Amino acid sequence: MPGGLLLKNGRVIDPANGIDQIRDVLIVDGRIRALGQPGSLAGHDGLVYDVTGKWVVPGLIDMHVHLREPGQEYKETIETGTRAAAAGGFTAVACMPNTKPVNDNQTVTVFILAKAAEAGLARVYPVGAISSGSNGEHLAEFGELRQAGAVAVTDDGLPVGNSQLMRRALEYAGNHDLLVISHAEELSLSQGGAMNDGALATRLGLRGIPHVAEEIMVYRDLALAEFTGRPIHIAHVSTRESLALIRRAKEKGVAVSAETAPHYFTLTETAVDGYNTLAKMNPPLRTEADVAAVREALRDGTLDAIATDHAPHGELDKDQEFDLAANGIIGLETAVPLTLQLVREKQLDARRMVELLSVNPARILGVPGGTLSVGAPADIAVIDPEKKFVFTEESIQSKSRNSPFLGWELQGKAVLTIMAGRITWQESFSS
Amino acid sequence: MDPEYRFSHKHILGLADLSPEDIQVVLQTAESFKEISSRSIKKVPTLRGKTIINFFFEPSTRTRLSFEVAAKRMSADTFNISNSGSSTVKGETLIDTARNLAAMNPDCIILRHPSSGAARLLADHINASVINAGDGTHEHPSQGLLDLMTVREAKGGIAGLKIAIIGDIAHSRVAHSNIIGFSKMGATVTVSGPATLIPPGIKDLGAQVSRTVLEAVDGADVIMALRIQKERQQDPLFPSLREYARFFGISQKVVDTAKPEAIIMHPGPINRGVELDPKLADGSRSVILEQVTNGVAVRMALIYLIMGGD
Repeated sequence: MPGGLLLKNGRVIDPANGIDQIRDVLIVDGRIRALGQPGSLAGHDGLVYDVTGKWVVPGLIDMHVHLREPGQEYKETIETGTRAAAAGGFTAVACMPNTKPVNDNQTVTVFILAKAAEAGLARVYPVGAISSGSNGEHLAEFGELRQAGAVAVTDDGLPVGNSQLMRRALEYAGNHDLLVISHAEELSLSQGGAMNDGALATRLGLRGIPHVAEEIMVYRDLALAEFTGRPIHIAHVSTRESLALIRRAKEKGVAVSAETAPHYFTLTETAVDGYNTLAKMNPPLRTEADVAAVREALRDGTLDAIATDHAPHGELDKDQEFDLAANGIIGLETAVPLTLQLVREKQLDARRMVELLSVNPARILGVPGGTLSVGAPADIAVIDPEKKFVFTEESIQSKSRNSPFLGWELQGKAVLTIMAGRITWQESFSS
Repeated sequence: MDPEYRFSHKHILGLADLSPEDIQVVLQTAESFKEISSRSIKKVPTLRGKTIINFFFEPSTRTRLSFEVAAKRMSADTFNISNSGSSTVKGETLIDTARNLAAMNPDCIILRHPSSGAARLLADHINASVINAGDGTHEHPSQGLLDLMTVREAKGGIAGLKIAIIGDIAHSRVAHSNIIGFSKMGATVTVSGPATLIPPGIKDLGAQVSRTVLEAVDGADVIMALRIQKERQQDPLFPSLREYARFFGISQKVVDTAKPEAIIMHPGPINRGVELDPKLADGSRSVILEQVTNGVAVRMALIYLIMGGD
């Protein structure tokens, strides 16, 4: 972009450099050229945006999305998924390997990266499978996955039931500097379940998924991480006791990081009442006590990241009998307003929000971003924290519409998203 | 009863949706219809020209036949579809199948389906009335109502009675509808069975839980045994049918702890010698066949009321 791009008068929140001040930001040649006092960077001839009243933060990084390509392009493609990411203020996403075929080899990884480059809407970090075919039997080829561009491994969507395989995965991932991500679920307890176990499940006649199904596996994987001395990342934490286990492991010095998703701090199991399949997900929505614990863990550092678990599904996948309906919801376009709600409720401050959505995911995955340092790639989200909008099907950029937040009036929106100095999302805003 | 009251339900999806007044009206209507089934000409013209589809995704003899008999005694035209003959076997979704049925303009669809919430899903997508004839482990409202009717007939009322329900509470839609219905009408419901078959939060539906069958049945006016599904042995929910019968089956000894005039109920079909001693099933306290008779009357009442009878 000749002449670069100047963002004027925004509230620059850059925890990596300890900045939370009104600043101008100058972007040249895809990198951050300078941060300065308002008015101090005048005299350049590129685009100028007055972002008074907006937050200028490092581009958000969603470390847990499902882009569905290859294999389920009717739900999402890499292009539509990264457009949804850009619309949500994300400049990078890590995509889970449960595509068809499974991303357990370099060919699929290379394909994903090629499609992502073609779309040019967000950085895409493929996550490879732990086991070939994610069938829980043999290790996938971590070395080749890493060389092709994978940043982590997981059998997300399916737990690794075999503890020896999980141990070996942690050990072998060390050779290739890959993060192991745990989808913590003890299948023998959860199988056939459609929602959180408890009184509501009984009333609806739905088979429950007890919280211990998650906690038992969280404990196992923390124990294996400690035993092998290798880092582990726990995906989509949903229960109070899981958080207590993670907190204790961190106190002991185990190399563990953990994420939750906005729905786990926003909704309880009551959202599924009336057989609302748009609120069906795995792990399931839990109780008020769990929601409170998730919020507390976001504050106190037990949780490191907010990831959306963006899981697009077609109408037919959702519009059916509850026990047969697919698990998961889209999340890229609602993460910012739902997290800002915690800021408005004084549960989190703005700096912590940026850590959870950008700084920490970059650190955990070992990828660039999460900072507005001079010289860093210009991955930036400009967020209007006041902007109100009704989340409607028409406004959605994802190819799918499966969200329990449809019809909600939300507040806070990415109005300008910049990836490597290029604008990937822009909507009208007043300054 | 409130003079302004009108039975205003288009669908019967569960007893959770019905008020005590609604239940009262269903039972009164059923009682007035019961006589029709004892006439020599067992047919009234009330629903002539109405179309009712029995849509059964699970095997059922009693319930399907009971609905069909009820509809025919009211002169409605009835059609039966079972799972094996339906296009869902060919991959059509429930909603698509329902829309196709709806396009033939039936007045009422009676649905039996293995998924909880299926009747509600159907009701949300079509114009016809829907009666839930059992959805997954959720509810079986017509069974709950026929049980209420049977108890009311035998005992002269429901409020203040003690009802003991014994067996697989977790997987029983009959138990769920009965717990909701009896507690709505002022009875006390106590359940017992293997702890593996007592679901979490059953107290929220209105039931008390007893550790032993003897404790649950102590002083009861009504003893209801539930069918134990033999395949549950594999789950593993209890060790064997033999042990089940010994500790959770209804025997004479169990009945002796109830009130002397207590009645014995079972939604059928019975595993004789497992959940219920065969002698008791056929004995003087048993109202099991009366339940079946009342089933027709209750279903006549439901069909009549949702089709706007007044």
